[in-house]
Amino acid sequence: MNLEEYKGVYVFAQQVDNEISSIAFELLGKAKDLAKDLDTDVTAVLLGSGVKELADQLAEYGADKVIVVDDPELKDYRTEPYAHALSSVINQYKPEIMLVGATAIGRDLGPRVSARVATGLTADCTVLEIGDFPLQAVPGQEQLHNQLLMTRPAFGGNTIATIACPYNRPQMATVRAGVMQKIEPIKGAKANVEEYNPGFTPDNKYVEILDIVKSVAETVDIMDAKILVSGGRGVGSPENFKILEDLAEVLGGTVSCSRAVVDSGWKPKDLQVGQTGKTVRPNVYFAIGISGAIQHVAGMEESDIIVAINKDADAPIFDVADYGVVGDLNKIVPKLTEALKAEIAAAK
Amino acid sequence: MKIVVCVKQVPDTAGGVKFNPDGTLDRGAMLTIMNPDDKAGLEAALRLKDQYDAEVTVVTMGLPKAEEVLREAMAMGADKGVLVTDRVLGGADTWATSTTLAGAIRNLEYDLIITGRQAIDGDTAQVGPQISEHLDIPVISYAQDIKIEGDSVVVERQYEDRYHVVKAKMPCLITALSELNEPRYMTPGGIFDAYKQEITVWGRADLKDVDDANLGLKGSPTKIAKASDKVRKGAGEKVSLDPDESVSYIVDKLKVKHVI
Repeated sequence: MNLEEYKGVYVFAQQVDNEISSIAFELLGKAKDLAKDLDTDVTAVLLGSGVKELADQLAEYGADKVIVVDDPELKDYRTEPYAHALSSVINQYKPEIMLVGATAIGRDLGPRVSARVATGLTADCTVLEIGDFPLQAVPGQEQLHNQLLMTRPAFGGNTIATIACPYNRPQMATVRAGVMQKIEPIKGAKANVEEYNPGFTPDNKYVEILDIVKSVAETVDIMDAKILVSGGRGVGSPENFKILEDLAEVLGGTVSCSRAVVDSGWKPKDLQVGQTGKTVRPNVYFAIGISGAIQHVAGMEESDIIVAINKDADAPIFDVADYGVVGDLNKIVPKLTEALKAEIAAAK
Repeated sequence: MKIVVCVKQVPDTAGGVKFNPDGTLDRGAMLTIMNPDDKAGLEAALRLKDQYDAEVTVVTMGLPKAEEVLREAMAMGADKGVLVTDRVLGGADTWATSTTLAGAIRNLEYDLIITGRQAIDGDTAQVGPQISEHLDIPVISYAQDIKIEGDSVVVERQYEDRYHVVKAKMPCLITALSELNEPRYMTPGGIFDAYKQEITVWGRADLKDVDDANLGLKGSPTKIAKASDKVRKGAGEKVSLDPDESVSYIVDKLKVKHVI
């Protein structure tokens, strides 16, 4: 493998039902940073059936080039045709970095592709940067520059590891959704599209999809929620959770709670966050009227953004909150819901 | 029908985490359990055994003490256990691990291979799909239901907002979610029998069609640059404002972070 041949930062632009997933735009945002450090450009790889017209959206979010593999075999996600398409793109175009979302699709596609093109894959990364490997020069070992350093939590968040893939290409990573920032879209950007089709020959690995069952949005598992509005004893009564539910609804989030709330019989156990409940890692966690006992914090401190509202300025929840607001939740939460409703309406 | 189930002995994350000086995990120093997703995969296999009289072989790669997890699987009802252990296999990443397990499984007959979706130590979810690639068979990840129909499996494959009902001809590899079932307990008779049975132990020489260059720490394309205990996140900002200002403060922060 001649590593020098491999150039450019590539992003797998996931789409479902011909709608590009948010993770694709997030990855493009990160890819732009990495490409700048490497003085190279960003390519999105768009796989699907009838997806070509989506390419401009990828340009708006930072793709310098879009490789489109458009084939009826790629209509709905199946491991084999997608793995074949992406591996063929990698073998043909030789990217130095290939980023994939750590979604239910990406966490299946990524490993299959990495095994096919014989390279390493680092899962569920939360930080990506360009640097040296080894980090510090070691006598007798060549220190390589311009390496992708991939940082990820392991052991349920108890440890953090930084991984490199120094001797194989592409350097592949799956990246957690909601961690990387999209760029402000460049309105009207037109994609530089390159169409490519490696040819598809169905065999026993092309599984058959008998049915697709979309879940009706009923009770969302709080572990899957991107936004959690969590209430504690400070909410005061089961009826008063209505103001949290209203806030959650505006943000497309879900209500969860602390142990005290479950023990009081206000909410069912499956909504409980904490050591004896569930460990959650949403993009945003609102801790409302929650004091923040260590057992609760253990279940939510991995959240990307923590907003706490509590009338007790000394509540331990403020020790882990990114944004702490000391005040009366009954006065703040309903106003916050209205303000967000207005903001979201204005953005549309 | 013959089923191979891959299981992993994992550190109980409640017991604390220890590292070797080279940054890899010191697995010998930690308390262990059978990885929960793997246990659900084993239970799924045992249910197929109950229904179709399938033969269930459990395979693990690890230190010699990983034999414990095979005994546990056999006490639950698995028929055979294979321990793949060798010094040269240590420090493997998912590529080298899947290469090793594929090399072991090539010695076995199988219609179905079941692995857990992911292990609670690494959380990568990569080894199952990578084994399927090395063996050139279909993979269905994230299984929430498994049924047999003639020479095929019909699996409910979970996604974030839907599931696909997927049919694949066997042989096939499936990765199991913990939600698949409630694993059975070991029975006293099962425990007794499990300790009377032989466990097959394979080393490097027993692996079929694998290159030394793809094994162990040396054969791992990914290298650990740094590993550390998580640094606890410190406190952020704290403000005391009137309700309207509090609302603007939160809205601004959510805007800056692209939440809205």
